[in-house]
Amino acid sequence: MFGAALKRVMRSGWEKFSRDTSSSSAALLVMVIVLFIVTSLFFLQGIGSFLITSLQESVDVSTFLKDSAQEEEIVELKQSLASLPEVKEAVYVSKEEALAQFTERHKEDQIILDSLDAIGQNPLLASINIKAWDTASFGTITGFLETTPLASIVQNVDFHERAPIIARLSSITSGVRTAMLAGSIFAGLIAVLVAFNTIRLTIYSSKEEIEVMRLVGASNMFIRSPFLLQGIIVGALASMITFILLVPFTLFLSSKLETFIPQFNLFEYFMSNFLVILSLQLFVGIGLGILSSLIAIRRYLKV
Amino acid sequence: MISFQKVTKAYSPSSIALSDVSFEVKQGEFVSLVGKSGAGKTTLLKLLLAEERPTQGNVFFEDQDVARIPSSLLPHLRRKIGTVFQDYKLLHSKTAYENIAYVMEVMGATDAEIERDVAGVLEIVGLLNRSHHYPMQLSGGEKQRVAIARALIHRPEVIVADEPTGNLDPYHTADIIRLLVKINELGTTVILATHNKEVINHLGKRVITLEQGKVVRDEERGKFIL
Repeated sequence: MFGAALKRVMRSGWEKFSRDTSSSSAALLVMVIVLFIVTSLFFLQGIGSFLITSLQESVDVSTFLKDSAQEEEIVELKQSLASLPEVKEAVYVSKEEALAQFTERHKEDQIILDSLDAIGQNPLLASINIKAWDTASFGTITGFLETTPLASIVQNVDFHERAPIIARLSSITSGVRTAMLAGSIFAGLIAVLVAFNTIRLTIYSSKEEIEVMRLVGASNMFIRSPFLLQGIIVGALASMITFILLVPFTLFLSSKLETFIPQFNLFEYFMSNFLVILSLQLFVGIGLGILSSLIAIRRYLKV
Repeated sequence: MISFQKVTKAYSPSSIALSDVSFEVKQGEFVSLVGKSGAGKTTLLKLLLAEERPTQGNVFFEDQDVARIPSSLLPHLRRKIGTVFQDYKLLHSKTAYENIAYVMEVMGATDAEIERDVAGVLEIVGLLNRSHHYPMQLSGGEKQRVAIARALIHRPEVIVADEPTGNLDPYHTADIIRLLVKINELGTTVILATHNKEVINHLGKRVITLEQGKVVRDEERGKFIL
């Protein structure tokens, strides 16, 4: 009994979708556009997060150590720094390593290399390079370095010189994050409203039909189910179409985007997140289809 | 079977569609409601179908006060009444066959029952060869015959026809009225609202005449007098 009723509902929903081609294709087109926008917002979030993370990762603070510092003191300081919750990474760079890095960095610049030779000894200091989870916490880390019992082995911390830039970077990244979130919510909301109105209009054109159904004694559930199913079909089909369209779209855009962000590959990002994206599209598409059908049809079922 | 008791329907103080209307319809009767446009015929039928509620008075269908039926149970009332309208009110996205089958689906009939009964009723209305046509592919007379087949299919106790011949030529009008008489002879109560003088005079059955929302005449073998 239930199986037969379900089969009947499925059939009527499919008939509704396949026969009313003009409104079905209008709803489908709008839904594809909406899902495209929603997915693009997801990509934008991904690109934004990547940029912010790589920007933050490029920021580090160096703690230069006095030449008199003992090996065990350095190890102890490094360990206590690494154990701070704010610290992501603490790397010790010895005097020799610092020299090697410096020479490598300036191998093209003969004047600098000659000057280094002229000094006759290694002028560079050993250091501990610190990376924080959040650029805003460099202040706390510097505070720790000033108050630790091992403060005596610290020559200087370059945070003080770089503090204004780091603070600006912090405020920019948090500003960008907020703007991205607000923009996404706003654009998403508009897209959702457009889809909602399209489905409402589709159902509005069936107003007379709903009235006839009521007059021949159809229950509200019986009237509602084909419309709901039509909404589900539109949502699911739109998700599939959008997903298929995204493959060439991301492939094409990846090569263009790599010029600006070399380490970020949009197509790979799409592929590595494809389950999340597909679920997001199905959730938004089908959810919108069901919700807007339910709300729109409610108006015509009152008598 | 059907009883209107002192029914008044006012849409606003200056717009009174029905005023103190009382009459009864017995099972198996063929009753015609006549009156000029705006006399209140359609309002009367809407009250019976619980599309509207009376401002005063009561409408009973089989001892049940129609206005007091909760909306969730209205489909049950409507399944006992077959309706035919001037503008056919067919589902445009469904074929003639599917329009008729829809009512049986609503009633929860099986596919086998639907196949058997729909074919039977299409034969009665002479449209077996047009069953897979959509309403827009049918003539006015054919559409009305589909509407009558739809009203008949679930063997309702009453058929209510609101100006069913309003859009038809004399040939198709006679066709439709013949069908309604045949249905009535098989035991179904028929209420026909019309302003077609020839139809009424030809029928020679009970006529209730409405004028400005009031019953001015109720005759057993009435004529069209306005």
